[in-house]
Amino acid sequence: MTAGTGQAAVRLRVDLIACDGRGLCAEALPELITLDDWGFPIFADRAVPPRLLADARETARACPKLALWLDRGQPARRADGPAAQ
Amino acid sequence: MRGSAGPSSCVAVPGAVRLPGALPRLLPSAEAAGPVSLAGHLARYGPPPARLGRPHRESLIAEVERAGLTGRGGAGYPTARKLAAVAAGHGPVVVANGTEGEPASAKDKALMTRSPHLVLDGAVLAAEMVGAREAVIVVHPAARAIIGEAVAERARVRFDRVRMKVRTAADRFVAGEASAVVHWIERGVPAPRASPPRVSERGLRGAPTLVQNVETLAHLALIARYGAAWFRSVGTPDEPGSMLVTVLGAVREPVCAEIAIGTPIGQALEAAGGRSAPLQALLLGGYFGDWVSAAVAMDRPFSSAGLADLGAGPGAGVIAALPAGACGLKETARVVRYLAGESAGQCGPCRFGLDAIAGQVERLAHGRGADPGLLQRWLGQVDGRGGCAHPTGVVRLIRSSLRIFDAELRQHAMGWCCGTASVLPVPPGRSR
Amino acid sequence: MSAAASFSGPQALWFVSRASGLALLVVFSAVVVLGVAARLGSAPKRWSRLALGEVHRTLALFSVSFLGLHVATAISDPYVTIGWAATVLPFASPYRTAAIGLGALAVDIAGAVLITSLVRQRLGFRGWRVVHWLAYLAWPAAFAHSITAGNDLRIWWAALVEEGCAAAVATAMAARLLFWWRGPDPEQPSQPDRSVPTERMLV
Repeated sequence: MTAGTGQAAVRLRVDLIACDGRGLCAEALPELITLDDWGFPIFADRAVPPRLLADARETARACPKLALWLDRGQPARRADGPAAQ
Repeated sequence: MRGSAGPSSCVAVPGAVRLPGALPRLLPSAEAAGPVSLAGHLARYGPPPARLGRPHRESLIAEVERAGLTGRGGAGYPTARKLAAVAAGHGPVVVANGTEGEPASAKDKALMTRSPHLVLDGAVLAAEMVGAREAVIVVHPAARAIIGEAVAERARVRFDRVRMKVRTAADRFVAGEASAVVHWIERGVPAPRASPPRVSERGLRGAPTLVQNVETLAHLALIARYGAAWFRSVGTPDEPGSMLVTVLGAVREPVCAEIAIGTPIGQALEAAGGRSAPLQALLLGGYFGDWVSAAVAMDRPFSSAGLADLGAGPGAGVIAALPAGACGLKETARVVRYLAGESAGQCGPCRFGLDAIAGQVERLAHGRGADPGLLQRWLGQVDGRGGCAHPTGVVRLIRSSLRIFDAELRQHAMGWCCGTASVLPVPPGRSR
Repeated sequence: MSAAASFSGPQALWFVSRASGLALLVVFSAVVVLGVAARLGSAPKRWSRLALGEVHRTLALFSVSFLGLHVATAISDPYVTIGWAATVLPFASPYRTAAIGLGALAVDIAGAVLITSLVRQRLGFRGWRVVHWLAYLAWPAAFAHSITAGNDLRIWWAALVEEGCAAAVATAMAARLLFWWRGPDPEQPSQPDRSVPTERMLV
């Protein structure tokens, strides 16, 4: 899925292991991020629109645990598939 | 299995496609008792292929791809693809995953304790295929002694060119997850790690790591000897080969057996002596699997294709039979509470959400003021959110239970419960 | 000296150096207090953690300019010989060696914190955090420098400012220690607002 400009879609990603649920991201980017009932971020299921890209980058910078980042383009192919037992 | 102990007997179940001597492949014949020795192993299967040079490695991976072998740990990922990904890396390592953290599954323990050399052959061959010089065999405590002795036996005669180390697995449900196994070996912490990077890119000590279930490795050892066509001679065209299943619950003799993929579920139950009581439902796959109605599922082939429209799959090969005298909601509640306690505790939605969800499922099971809307909300918030698939698996189990046991839900809402029997093994509680 | 003294020539450098030093201490103390408040997520709970974190960061970056002014005027002052090297090399100043040395120590640590914070996303969390903890050393060094490098404690309001800063930072550090010792308050699941279905929480 690509944006109208022809660039690869940018998505918000969070490392939930690093995330402490401090909630700064939802404050900084409420258009795309909300908190679940335990304070951890849920992202809107769409790419970051170009007008919010700068804000998204700032939000990722502001995360105190560096758990949030922007993923450009297609996610890398999962060589392991879903978590195997 | 009696209670929560290991496997009792292991028998072969003739598969959907009958060939003389087709099964069992992985497990020794029923008469043999105790682990098969190296000599016995070689007598039965013949020697493993000669040492592999680089071009031979690639052709062997291609053979595995032709065979259509998929992971037998529950995820069913194409093995050849994983081998190729790791082989492309520098300085790879192989990890044989015999953790079997799933309490309802006993197949890996059975395989490791009955055919240890087949597993070790597979680990060595996988190492040679990806160009690794070391294989770490992570084993369930029940199989530690036998695998350790088998490794020592091979070392005494310098059987392998690959160095093997044995580690006892952690006794946790999530300990069997690929990155958790690597984390356990490196740091003694059985908790999944963030991905990216995948373990196949950066795993044990930063090296590309092949983490493969022990049953998958056992199949690999035979494909390397007999070829893809032989492997595909049982099973279905889309899902070839055989698989180990654990049949437990309301059956006469809980057993782990080897069946051709696509064998009707009823036949798998017969391998366990048949049902011991009228059945209402089956749990297929494992504790991350799905409930299905017994009547509907009995004639279905045990394969992904055969179960897809029921919203189920073979998963880790567990077939648990729920008798009419049990309460599916109570069983689910017990399992969900156990799974919530088994969270690695690293991710908020899993650590807090599963606990809250378990509380709601318990209320549903005991007819004590549950809030179905709140449960659905929490299931939606927890699904797919975490460092591993733990919360997703729990959500899947609960959603299938709400589908299958909807009559019980209505009865419970009216304050009336149907059953009390308890068949699913849940280890005793532990404090985190 | 007295505020009534004429403000001209080389004396001006001396005044600006002392004044910017005092202002720097105030800003630095505010940065430390805000940093602790942002981490504890507190003081009081309804204050935005984002705001606390961002003001902490902005003020810290801003304090660099105060630091530049303070150091430049102190070095340029012809009445005392400090030398540029002593800015970053502790105990290299002929004038009040120990006192200036403490200042240089504070500058070194602050520099490391600044650089690691600017490249934080590339450095990774663990690397950044270990250097950031050194800030707890930088403040006492800066404070000790401020009370030994000059004679301004004789001025009643300067002493008051120094004591205020010390009290604020001591409180913040004690709170941080307590937080580390006791661990964070366990997150209580919030009372979900069930009037908002999850899928409509995001437009």
